[in-house]
Amino acid sequence: MVSVAIFDYGAGNIFSLKNSLEREGATVEVITTFDKPNHYSGLLLPGVGNFDPAIKSIHDNSQIEFKDFVKDNTPVLGICLGMEMFFEKSEEGIERGLNVIDGEVIELPSTMKIPHMGWNNLEIKKPGKILDGVNNNSWVYFVHSFRVKPVSSDVITAESDYGIKVPAVVEKNNFFGTQFHPEKSGKIGSLMIKNFLEECKR
Amino acid sequence: MTLTKRIIPCLDVKNGRVVKGLRFKSIKDAGDPVELAKQYSDEGADELIFLDITASEERRETIKNLVRKVASVINIPFTVGGGVNSLEDARNILLNGADKVGINTGAVKNPKILTELMNIFGRQCVVVAIDTKRNYEPKENATILTENGKQFWFEVFIYGGKKGTGIDAIKWAKQAQKLGAGEILLTSIDKDGTKDGYDILLTKEIVNSTSIPVIASGGCGKPDDMVEVFKETNVDAALAASIFHYQTHGVKGVKVHLKDHQIPVRL
Repeated sequence: MVSVAIFDYGAGNIFSLKNSLEREGATVEVITTFDKPNHYSGLLLPGVGNFDPAIKSIHDNSQIEFKDFVKDNTPVLGICLGMEMFFEKSEEGIERGLNVIDGEVIELPSTMKIPHMGWNNLEIKKPGKILDGVNNNSWVYFVHSFRVKPVSSDVITAESDYGIKVPAVVEKNNFFGTQFHPEKSGKIGSLMIKNFLEECKR
Repeated sequence: MTLTKRIIPCLDVKNGRVVKGLRFKSIKDAGDPVELAKQYSDEGADELIFLDITASEERRETIKNLVRKVASVINIPFTVGGGVNSLEDARNILLNGADKVGINTGAVKNPKILTELMNIFGRQCVVVAIDTKRNYEPKENATILTENGKQFWFEVFIYGGKKGTGIDAIKWAKQAQKLGAGEILLTSIDKDGTKDGYDILLTKEIVNSTSIPVIASGGCGKPDDMVEVFKETNVDAALAASIFHYQTHGVKGVKVHLKDHQIPVRL
């Protein structure tokens, strides 16, 4: 049994994520502060809410910094906004990001319908832990208005084609991010949740 | 590939049970929303919409239980609407497992709720549901359209289509987007229940007046109606209820049909 925590910024549906983790056999605790012992095998930053309020909910409720909480290489899965928070800053707000991956978060081009909402294919760039067993061109569900722009494209393991290429999966050390919502992406999403939990068990 | 067109089955729910489709034989009499949700999700629906028409004291508790049960059996996005009048109603739905909340009457009566919801939950959670039909009485400042030589404008209706508001639907769509809506669920009252096809003119007008995703609803009687709305307009999604209640038009069958007609769908 693997035990993971979801950080709840207090702003949306984390029930589905919790459920998808439990379906794959995890024990899930919902936390709202990092001021507690990290006895978890993994941490999830969910993809609901806005950049500034989410970052603030972390800073305001915790003396302990995110980086310190996960310093023993706790695997972290950031989903959508959660992944965007890995970066230095975002055009969605003025707060500093968690800054564990170099780069920034920028708005999607205004030529698109925003929020960008729906199913798109994954173009797998290189093997990754989250993508283990996931076929190229698999369908996943996106809903977002921003995209990440890492300094190094090495961290990008999959992209999606919107007319422009949008990073869909990033991996760096113990940090894993998906721009789409694996908990809403049918069977293939469940596989990625399972892959993350496998990583947590190591 | 770009985004696929979304195919969205809709379930009308009352007191925790599916009520629409009662007149169709097969599975649908007093269907269990959780079972149907799972079935549609497994068949490849891209999303689900629940419209709750419960009108009782216990409605909040009923919706909460329903949302939780559905969220625990499906892994596709779902929207819950019907009777959302306050931030508390919306919170009750979103914090119990729905991804988006649909608001109609509540937003017309108190438009700033759209902004409040956007600020707390993000624009992507906020679906403004617009029920509208043609009004042939001339009205100043309304967007006047012409069809078969007749002039009219689209009026917004509330309370489940019972009450006209005098509000121009095209203007309301633009305003709702500006206030914080992230998506429009557009229902043509003129077409609803006719099985005569979607309201192409209406859909086109709303899609061209806004830059957020639009879901076409009302009038779908066969898979070709979906082909038509996707070919004729730049709409993002199509909602249907009754066609999915026939075994002959399962979600998968509809999507295969769309693909055969070069509509990009997830299969």
